[in-house]
Amino acid sequence: MIRVVLPQHLRTLARVDGEVQLQVEGPVTQRSVLDALEARYPVLRGTIRDHVTQRRRPFVRFFACEQDLSHEPPDTPLPDAVASGAEPFLIVGAIAGG
Amino acid sequence: MSRVRVLVGTKKGAFILTADGKRQNWEVSGPHFAGWEMYHLKGSPVEPNRIYASQTSGWFGQIIQRSDDGGKTWHQPGTPPGEPTTTPDGMPKGESNKFVYDTSPQTGKPLTTHQWYDGTQHPWEFKRVWHLEPSLIDPDTVYAGVEDAALFRTVDGGQTWQELSGLRGHGSGPKWQPGAGGMCLHTILLDPSDPLRIFIAISAAGAFRTDDAGKTWRPINRGLKSEYIPDPNAEVGHCVHRIAMHRSRPGVLFMQKHWDVMRSDDAGESWQEVSGNLPTDFGFPIDVHAHEPDTIYVVPIKSDSEHYPPDGKLRVYRSRTGGHEWEALTKGLPQRNCYVNVLRDAMAVDSLDSCGVYFGTTGGQVYASLDAGDTWTPIVRDLPAVLSVEVQTLP
Repeated sequence: MIRVVLPQHLRTLARVDGEVQLQVEGPVTQRSVLDALEARYPVLRGTIRDHVTQRRRPFVRFFACEQDLSHEPPDTPLPDAVASGAEPFLIVGAIAGG
Repeated sequence: MSRVRVLVGTKKGAFILTADGKRQNWEVSGPHFAGWEMYHLKGSPVEPNRIYASQTSGWFGQIIQRSDDGGKTWHQPGTPPGEPTTTPDGMPKGESNKFVYDTSPQTGKPLTTHQWYDGTQHPWEFKRVWHLEPSLIDPDTVYAGVEDAALFRTVDGGQTWQELSGLRGHGSGPKWQPGAGGMCLHTILLDPSDPLRIFIAISAAGAFRTDDAGKTWRPINRGLKSEYIPDPNAEVGHCVHRIAMHRSRPGVLFMQKHWDVMRSDDAGESWQEVSGNLPTDFGFPIDVHAHEPDTIYVVPIKSDSEHYPPDGKLRVYRSRTGGHEWEALTKGLPQRNCYVNVLRDAMAVDSLDSCGVYFGTTGGQVYASLDAGDTWTPIVRDLPAVLSVEVQTLP
C-alpha cells in the first residue's frame, strides 16, 4: 500500500484523518499515486494538479524520504521506500503566510 | 413568523446568522470551511434551503459546496466517493470544482489574451469563482462569475459547469484588464421579467447584457467615463464595481463604478451620473430597498488607494430619489477612527415589511438595520474580513 499524507485543508475536504493508504497498480510514480488518490477522493481533483494541464499547482509541493520531488517528471518512479509503503508520500502546501 | 438567514463569506470561512422576524436575537453558526476563503454563498430563490458556496484557496484552487438543509450540512455536488470518475468511454467526468474555459469548435471560443497591468497582453487563466447566482426558477441552475472573467452555468445542481463562452469571446477581450482585485466577473443580475436577459459586470471591462440567455453579449457602457483609460468613453475597459436592480423594475439599473454612481433607465443602453452630494464617488457595494425601487444604498470609500471611509466615519448613504440626493446614515455606526472597507458583494437587504439592510466590513463586523437604514446594530463584531453578505427571508 502507498501511504500519502495530505495537507490539513485537503484532509478536511476529503474527510479523512491522518494518512491515506492507496493501492497503486503498476509503476509507483507521482502520476499513478495522484491518479489513485483522485479516483478515491474525486473532490481532490483540481486541488493538487490543474484540471487540464495536470501540472502541480504552484503552491503545492511533493516530498518523500527527505527529498523534494516537486520538480521531478510525473512519470519518474518514486523512491522504493514509498513504493513499499515504508515511507509516506507527502503533499505539502507551501508556506506563504496568510 | 418569518425568519431571516444571513450568509456571510469571509477570508477564513463562512458564517450563517439566523434570527426570527423580529431580528433581535441572532444565532451564529460557523466557521464553515474554516481557513478557506469563502467568496460568496447564495441560496436558491425557489428552494431556499439549497445554498451554493464558493470555497477557494490560492493553494488548492476552487471548490463548490452545496447545502440542501439551509447550511446545516454541506457536500460537494460532484461524483461521490466510490463512483467512477470516468464515463463508460473513458472520458473524465466533469466535477463540481472543474471550471475549464470552453475552447471547443462547437460551442466554445478560442482562449485569447487580455490586457495586463503593464499594458501587455496576458493569457486567460482561471483563478476562482467570485459570485454565484442561482436561477430564479430552477434550483439546479446556477450561474458563476469567475476570475479571469467569464460566466459559467450549471444545470445539474453544481455537479458540472459549462462556460457561456459568448461573453469571453465577445471580441473586446484584449481590452479587458484586471482591477486591483483581479479580472473578475462579480455581478450577475437575472431579469425576472425576461428569462433570456442577463446583466453582468466585470472589473475592469464594464457591464454586458445578453438577450438570448447567454449566447451573445454586448457591452452596455454608454455614458460611463473613466479617466484612467486612454479613451474615457471607450466601449469597454471601465471598472464597474457593482450593479443592482429592483425586481419590480428590471430595466432600471444602479451602478457603483470605480468613480461615480450611475443610473440607467433603459436596461443599460445609456447611463447618467447620480453621485450628487456623496462625499466621495468611490465605493464598492450598491443595493436597492426591497419595497422602494428608488431607494438605494452605497458606502462611500475614500479614493481608490486608501479604501476606507472618509474622515474615519463609517456612513451608509441612502437616496430615496433614485440618486442625486443622498443622506448620510450614521446612527449606530462608528463615527471616529473607523478604517474598514465594505466590499462589493457585502451588502444585501431582506424583504420583511420593514426592510432590513445588512453589510459586512473588512474588520469583521456585520451590521444590520431593521428600519431601512435609519439605525444600525452589529450582529457580530469580530469575524474574519467579510467578503460577501447575502440575506434570505424565509417563511
